[in-house]
Amino acid sequence: MSFWEYANPRRFMAFTDRVMGPAFVLAAVALSVGLVWGFFFTPNDFRQGSTVKIIYLHVPSAFMAINIWVMMLVTSLVWLIRRHHVSALAAKAAAPVGVTMTLIALMTGAIWGQPMWGTFWAWDPRLTSFLILFLFYLGYMALWSAIEDPDTAADLTSVLCLVGSVFAFLSRYAVNFWNQGLHQGASLSMDAEENISDVFWFPLLVCLAGFFFLFLALVLMRTRTEIRKRRAHAITLRERAA
Amino acid sequence: MKGLLIRDLRLAIRAGGGFGLALAFFLIVVILVPFGVGPSQGVLAPIAPGVLWLGALLACLLSLDRIFATDFEDGSLEFLATAPVPLEGVVAVKALAHWVTTGLPLTLAAPLFGVFLNLPAGGFGWLVASLALGTPALSMIGAFGAALTVGLKRGGLLLSLLVLPLYIPTLIFGADTVRRGVDGLDAGTPLILMTGITFGTVALLPFAGAAALRVNLR
Repeated sequence: MSFWEYANPRRFMAFTDRVMGPAFVLAAVALSVGLVWGFFFTPNDFRQGSTVKIIYLHVPSAFMAINIWVMMLVTSLVWLIRRHHVSALAAKAAAPVGVTMTLIALMTGAIWGQPMWGTFWAWDPRLTSFLILFLFYLGYMALWSAIEDPDTAADLTSVLCLVGSVFAFLSRYAVNFWNQGLHQGASLSMDAEENISDVFWFPLLVCLAGFFFLFLALVLMRTRTEIRKRRAHAITLRERAA
Repeated sequence: MKGLLIRDLRLAIRAGGGFGLALAFFLIVVILVPFGVGPSQGVLAPIAPGVLWLGALLACLLSLDRIFATDFEDGSLEFLATAPVPLEGVVAVKALAHWVTTGLPLTLAAPLFGVFLNLPAGGFGWLVASLALGTPALSMIGAFGAALTVGLKRGGLLLSLLVLPLYIPTLIFGADTVRRGVDGLDAGTPLILMTGITFGTVALLPFAGAAALRVNLR
């Protein structure tokens, strides 16, 4: 048993067929438990009032938005190095999920920012770098849809993903330099002295798990759709040739 | 490589359009800004560094798709790919030719346009320095974007969507250099960071660009 055997589309389909259902169930359970717990059974923050509860959507979506790009980077590298088609298709399937997560993070952030900072949008380093990440996702998806030949598209988008990762990282630190912001620093790290209190932390963890399983289920579903599309295309070509 | 550079420069100058167009576009952007925001000196002077950098960036963007498109269409890019020169070198030389025909004239003309926008006196030196060190990065990133989209029928718009986010770090540091120069602060730090980005792109992006070209020529 090696991880690479799932590069075989048939193995991948059989395996994900078993995994996808539980992933959806876990996502539904974790999200409903986490959100209900977070929204109705946690105390209001003494300064922020009930608006603090946006955290249960904002933090997990922002967390996923960044990590989905990292996942796309890894799958692109696997495609470039080992030429496994499933890997390239997984990267393609993850991009729309990633852009949605980025959008959720930006919008919940705006809704949270209005009562707290008095403005929906500020040119804060974190906000700006998320906007830039959003642009990177858009460019990546646009390049996928612009190229007809699937292998060429996979190659070029992988190269773009590699270069884009470097520049996304650069932009992140460049905007730090450019403007000091309103957004608070990290308050969820394991080693920090002062973190958010456990009352908020545990439902947030459940929400994070829920978002992760939702992402897993969606990406698997979308990758399976892409594989089926490939197969259908191959069948049509074969029939036309016959 | 030298022959290729001379050929590209000659083509850019004689084919018309490419050489003067970027400068004319830059001039028009600079002229349009006072119409948009009002001609008062108090408004123009603070935004001049940003506007000059933005104008240079957009003017640079204008001619990017020509870097590879014409050579791809008439097949000479395939000759270059099979030539004894490495394709990475071809990408770098093409970017250099693009810089000589756009980035360099823009840098030289920028102080003149700075006068139009009432750029304070302290900014001129930093403006020329930051453009001279920053526009090579714009050309190099643009050459990479052009290599990605060279096989597409109408790649122009997609090219800008891909390339503009990559321009952000250079723009931030470049405009910041001039702004600090105007305010009399130490402008060395952003200038050094931007130069670092330029050297990084010149060192690494020819490889990415050549990889993209190989895929497109397959």
